[in-house]
Amino acid sequence: MTAQHEPVANAGGSAALTTRYYDLHEHDHPEGGSTMLGFWIYLMSDCLIFAMLFAAFGVLGGNYAAGPGPKDLFDLPLVAVNTSMLLFSSITYGFAMLAMQRGQVRQTQAWLVVTALFGAAFLGIELYEFGHLIHEGATPQRSAFLSAFFTLVGTHGLHVTFGLVWLTVLLVQVGRHGLIAANQRRLMCLSLFWHFLDVVWIGVFTFVYLMGMLR
Amino acid sequence: METPSFLSARRWRAVAAPALLLPLSACDWVVLNPAGDVARQQADLVVISTVLMLLIIVPVMALTVLFAWRYRSTNTDARYEPDWHHSTQLELLIWAAPLLIIIALGALTWVSTHLLDPYRTIGRINQNQPVPAQAKPLEVDVVALNWKWLFIYPEQKIATVNELVLPTDRPLRFRITSATVMNSFYAPSLAGQIYAMPGMETKLHAVLNRPGESMGFSANYSGAGFSNMRFRMRGVSPDEFATWASSVAKGGGTLDRAAYLTLEKPSEREPVRRYAAIAPDLFDAVVNLCVEPGKMCMGQMMALDSRGGTGKAGAWNVAALTYDKFGRENVGIALPGTSPAQGKLWVQAACADNTATAAPDTHVSAPASLAPLRGANLARDRYRPSLWPAPAPAAAPPAADATPAPHPHS
Amino acid sequence: MPVHEQIWSPLLGRLSLAAIPTEPIVLATFGAVVLGGVALLAAITWFKLWGYLWKEWFTSVDHKKIGIMYMILGLVMFLRGFADAVMMRLQQAMAFHGSEGYLNAHHYDQIFTAHGVIMIFFVAMPFVTGLMNYVVPLQIGARDVSFPFLNNFSFWMTASGAALVMASLFVGEFAQTGWLAFPPLSGLGYSPGVGVDYYIWSLQIAGVGTTLSGINLIATIVKMRAPGMTMMRMPVFTWTALCANILIVASFPVLTAVLAMLGLDRTIGTNFFTNDFGGSPMLYINLIWIWGHPEVYILILPLFGVFSEITATFSGKKLFGYSSMVYATAVITILSYIVWLHHFFTMGSGASVNSFFGITTMVISIPTGAKLFNWLFTMYRGRIRFDLPMMWTVAFMLTFVIGGMTGVLLAVPPADFVLHNSLFLIAHFHNVIIGGVVFGVFAAINYWWPKAFGFRLEPFWGKVSFWLWVVGFWVAFTPLYILGLMGVTRRMRVFDDPSIQIWFQVAAFGAFLIAMGIAAMLIQYTVSILRRDQLRVNADDPWGGRTLEWSTSSPPPDYNFAFTPIVHDLDAWADMKAAGAPRPTEGFRPIHMPKNTGTGVILSAISAVCGFALIWHIWWLAAASFAAIVVVAIAHTFNYRRDFHIPAETVAACEDARTRQLAQGAAA
Repeated sequence: MTAQHEPVANAGGSAALTTRYYDLHEHDHPEGGSTMLGFWIYLMSDCLIFAMLFAAFGVLGGNYAAGPGPKDLFDLPLVAVNTSMLLFSSITYGFAMLAMQRGQVRQTQAWLVVTALFGAAFLGIELYEFGHLIHEGATPQRSAFLSAFFTLVGTHGLHVTFGLVWLTVLLVQVGRHGLIAANQRRLMCLSLFWHFLDVVWIGVFTFVYLMGMLR
Repeated sequence: METPSFLSARRWRAVAAPALLLPLSACDWVVLNPAGDVARQQADLVVISTVLMLLIIVPVMALTVLFAWRYRSTNTDARYEPDWHHSTQLELLIWAAPLLIIIALGALTWVSTHLLDPYRTIGRINQNQPVPAQAKPLEVDVVALNWKWLFIYPEQKIATVNELVLPTDRPLRFRITSATVMNSFYAPSLAGQIYAMPGMETKLHAVLNRPGESMGFSANYSGAGFSNMRFRMRGVSPDEFATWASSVAKGGGTLDRAAYLTLEKPSEREPVRRYAAIAPDLFDAVVNLCVEPGKMCMGQMMALDSRGGTGKAGAWNVAALTYDKFGRENVGIALPGTSPAQGKLWVQAACADNTATAAPDTHVSAPASLAPLRGANLARDRYRPSLWPAPAPAAAPPAADATPAPHPHS
Repeated sequence: MPVHEQIWSPLLGRLSLAAIPTEPIVLATFGAVVLGGVALLAAITWFKLWGYLWKEWFTSVDHKKIGIMYMILGLVMFLRGFADAVMMRLQQAMAFHGSEGYLNAHHYDQIFTAHGVIMIFFVAMPFVTGLMNYVVPLQIGARDVSFPFLNNFSFWMTASGAALVMASLFVGEFAQTGWLAFPPLSGLGYSPGVGVDYYIWSLQIAGVGTTLSGINLIATIVKMRAPGMTMMRMPVFTWTALCANILIVASFPVLTAVLAMLGLDRTIGTNFFTNDFGGSPMLYINLIWIWGHPEVYILILPLFGVFSEITATFSGKKLFGYSSMVYATAVITILSYIVWLHHFFTMGSGASVNSFFGITTMVISIPTGAKLFNWLFTMYRGRIRFDLPMMWTVAFMLTFVIGGMTGVLLAVPPADFVLHNSLFLIAHFHNVIIGGVVFGVFAAINYWWPKAFGFRLEPFWGKVSFWLWVVGFWVAFTPLYILGLMGVTRRMRVFDDPSIQIWFQVAAFGAFLIAMGIAAMLIQYTVSILRRDQLRVNADDPWGGRTLEWSTSSPPPDYNFAFTPIVHDLDAWADMKAAGAPRPTEGFRPIHMPKNTGTGVILSAISAVCGFALIWHIWWLAAASFAAIVVVAIAHTFNYRRDFHIPAETVAACEDARTRQLAQGAAA
């Protein structure tokens, strides 16, 4: 077997070598140093799920199974209102983050509440739209097009719901502990998540609704 | 004529096959020794590719054993260079060697994949005989059922179950579909396989050169009865085929739509059956999932879809479209919101007639001349792998690409 | 026979007494498992081990312990998957001359499906993830992974998925569709039972774990390397682990999405992959192979890394062509995404599409070939010690090239038309997966065992196992190559042609040899644990290792490194040894570490319950358990105190003990 590190005669030289090869004055790594990177990678994996749902919609989106198509079903003005809700919520989240940077707890909370309201409005409109479609018989079971539509839009909606739950939890936590480093990090992650959902929605709006009307 | 060629498959088979087969001569290596010309060429390709790769595999294995032995720690005579870890020349070599093999194999792949595309009509009957210009392929329509094979001969207007009789040396054109789940139509001694998929039509072109019996089966697992989903394939001379066909046509049995729907029910180990008459357009109806009365054909549905669907009224109709979503036994199960009255309303709205629309023609013709595939500046005779047919001196007119292929129904 | 009556009650969903299988083989297995399980639980209770197991293992966030738990999970599931293999081999060796064998279609079809699913998802994946978990932080000089809690959670999610697959053996049925569950066969119309639902939900739950562990390891490798360890100074195993985890993150979401769509088709009646209503089964096949092909590289790449480490170490040399090794790994990673269609050339894509995918597939053999040459030239002018890890490596090199060759052969579309779905294909992928992944895992276990436990594995039984495995492999799979050339298809239960029976009997004998090899391996582990004092390695570095994991004690302390090493060269530990840098023996500081938590176990257990409820359509339970998951997860976020410091005195005591032990070892 290879020789273990034997005691070196030259004490001064060995001390130098130890310093060269070992970090003798290491400090604690700040907690959460990898969090943003990790969360970003998670978002990319989530993005891939959406990519697959978009792909499924791309393949199946024209298969109405002799049933209603997008032109029969989509209410573009309503969807435009809905889109604006989500876009506004992204802006207000941005204001929340600015307030956080300035360390203003109250204002951060206030902007978060506004964001949550916009998000809830978005979800409400989406649920209304779904309810309306189902009432008209355009259920996810009716055709491959509707299956892909409900799954893609519904998955996005589930993400928004999850974001709202998360946002509520963070409101409580900010209320309890203030804008400590851990909470700031969490707000940053939710911020990434929220804007990510916004970007996905722009894809949905363009690809599903606008192009659906042009089909 | 035949000049020696590195890629001569026959040559390699002569070398490789005995070595492989010697201890196993009793066995039927049907994949390497098939009765059909297409499978023959595919087998050649298996052998050629293997030999090509062995060019690098054998030295690597030999070196592995050699180095492992020579540089064992007990052999202190061998050179030991613990810090040697880089050599640009060697690196170049180890990337270039596999690259060269893959370039050769890639070229072979590109050409052979196009030549042996199952969708392409065959260009030759066998190695020495091109397809006669006016030869009309025998059409066979294949339906994979749970768990048996239905063969329809539209020209002869007969059908068989689990028995495929084919004339030798005549181009064959199979149209293949499945009534339920995905299968793969495979007769190893005839040609390669292709999937049989419900609601879709795949094609396979082939020719059988040797008379005799062999087995065919599904090569894609399709459920409980899969193991017994086999058919007997019989190659006979064209005269015998004509005799056989007329004897079947004189026998009893009619495969009308009702009989088909009975036949279609799951069963295993079905005996051979023959039908003297068939319902017109049965195969197209099977492909379009509309054999059953009252069902809308897929082609019809797709035509409506391409016009943007049928509007909100169409939302309520599902009965005419349900095929096997909930199992064939449960067809007509209620979906949320369905009611019979609304169903009727819709049927009026769409005025669907129950005729099948033929699948779009995806015909690919074999090239009449292989010249462009070889490169313009290469002398032909010196660079002709025997894998491909010798250009017949008075080759068929190069019209195959220009004119639409003869449609068997015409 | 399958129970297809769709009886549903609000309380129990589709679950009823009819769900308990009546096949004698299953009942006997059930009995054995229950008895064994009760005995195990009783023993744990008797020896009062519950507290220890809970505190030191189940709730541990230590990457080393989690790695070991992954390996144990892989081993247990390996025995189950291998039992399935033996049953298939016996059935196929018997079912001739009109005999139905001893398995009916319902049972046999579940067995080959379960074999594939278990071997890939619950054997190979845990083995590979376990190795990466254990070794990567040590190799990069880190004290843990980036997200230690997530690591624990990932493991238990994988374990929950495995538990659901095991449950399907005794409650209900497993899928009878083949391991990728192609629709329409796996749709509601043709598989109305719970089998495919078990498949979907066990993979979804395990998939969450796999994806999170992939994210975790990427972040770890990117963010937590020791100072001085640039990307091009990372050990090759870490490189391959990085690429494998990138593949995980970039492919498992595809599986999640496609299984979710299949699940929706089955549960609420959507039409993604149905025949009617405009669905497209071909979409499923494309999507699942977009995951499926990268998956095989997820499995093999880390083992390529293992072989690189072992070859360099046991040849006593630097690895030949480190940078070309890294580039080859990266090229394979990228190419693995553009080859998926070669799994279904026979679907009828055009010739140009088929040739494109055929050629891209072949191109992968170029970097793979380069890797093989690199190992070869690492051996060249070395001093090769043939301990077990190196024996497995040479066996790998000789076996894998054949599997690689048949793989390239299958990538030639016209050749694939005659060999697709045949036993030739089966022989091919077992040749690369056993010859590559399994041999690699055994090499790795023999190599890193002394690191993990402080004593070596006993070599005699290891060599017995080695020879039985290698010979058994070739005896079992050569006949399948031959049968494939005779046009015999996979997944057959009974045969007509009596002339081929002999080949199946030979293959069954090969499986028997492998079974003996597994027995020898289990004996090897047992004997080694019993004789651990004789096998103890007093020096921490028994093989003359070259990478940082060998610079710390064997087994490593909880904190891995008392002082983070500083890297100046590629083979960091070899460099430190050459320089003769003495290990610091004083000036220890408190070390910041993450705290254990039981949340991962609890969340995963509830997830398993939720999966079970969804499989059996017990909606109230599904809703309740889902709500419980959300509540527990939220409660967990209210815990802000997740770390602690190991006091300097504890570190000093631990390191002093090691100094004494090293001195003893040097004296002995």
